[in-house]
Amino acid sequence: MTEVAINPVNPYLRMDRMPSIWCPGCGIGTSVNCFARALTQSKIDLKKTAVVSGIGCTGRVSGYMSVDSFHTTHGRALAFATGLKLGNPELNVVVYSGEGDLIAIGGNHFIHAARRNLDVLCVCVNNFTYGMTGGQVSPTSPATAKFTTAPLGQFEEPFNLPYLADSCGAVYVARWTTFHVRELTKAMRDALKKRGFRFIEVISPCPTLYQRRNRLGDGLDAMKYYQEKSVKKNGANTSELRIDFQSEITVGTFVDRERPTFADAMNARYKEVLGPRYVPCPDNYVPPQAKGEGT
Amino acid sequence: MSDAGGAAKPKKVRGTVFVEVERCKGCGFCVEFCPPRALDLDTGFNKKGYHPPVLTREEDCTGCDLCGLYCPDFAIFGVIIKKSA
Repeated sequence: MTEVAINPVNPYLRMDRMPSIWCPGCGIGTSVNCFARALTQSKIDLKKTAVVSGIGCTGRVSGYMSVDSFHTTHGRALAFATGLKLGNPELNVVVYSGEGDLIAIGGNHFIHAARRNLDVLCVCVNNFTYGMTGGQVSPTSPATAKFTTAPLGQFEEPFNLPYLADSCGAVYVARWTTFHVRELTKAMRDALKKRGFRFIEVISPCPTLYQRRNRLGDGLDAMKYYQEKSVKKNGANTSELRIDFQSEITVGTFVDRERPTFADAMNARYKEVLGPRYVPCPDNYVPPQAKGEGT
Repeated sequence: MSDAGGAAKPKKVRGTVFVEVERCKGCGFCVEFCPPRALDLDTGFNKKGYHPPVLTREEDCTGCDLCGLYCPDFAIFGVIIKKSA
């Protein structure tokens, strides 16, 4: 037993920024932990990896990851990632943001990035509320739950994120909770190896706002709820994945398919029209070490 | 590996955990989801006033690192102790 052992995720984090701003019991750190391990296991080149995030609690991830990263304006993480990927097609671009950022204010960018099949991995941490601004209703807030802006209970229809991503054309769609750490790590690892618009929804507790306002206990209680009420259903029909207040949560990998990416489609079309005059957009995608991967 | 009738024999230590006490926020995920339930929250405090986890049943720890995977604050991780050591 030597005392020199260091945490395996330390090399992926900016240790000078620790401790993080996340509340005790928040699940974002757990998802980052899974992401750091997925980066190790997928053996991708960290020098060619970029993390982009928007505003919000989850938006802080780009500041904590020790890779090239950018903290964009609210909702524009995917817009920035689009430019980043097209400007430097060699990069593995990961968009890591919350649902208020990606789906509410950035909803337009989200559907179009999925429609174009832009080659980015999009991790959306869904905690059902706007955490950083004080617990307002977000687009995934379940009906009847109470929020700062809905003290009598929320009545809007929430988004079903896997259904949205699937119908817009994402090639990989998965949903896990922060309780399913091993599965989440595997999903992130698999998604890092794919091309196209890959979407992973991570259900995460928000003990300070969502749990407290609805008297659901702390982060640990939320984790126990995920443990009890989540049902694994790989390949489930995404239209049936709606989440109601404290209802069953269907988790799993729902979509895994292939479609030409934005660069593929552009190259194919211009080659057809312009012939040899066209200099194709480079696509230096190499499946990161197809051989001997870790488990 | 267990030999019959060796009830009094102490179990071999298979793994251990390292805790960075000052980074812990006392959420208790590691204690709750430790598969052999080898961890407990300390009765003492760290500088921020949280109870960090301690390995109270060292012989039960398998070094599986699930605590490390759950920890939202990167404060704990498990390691497997090699048999030769």
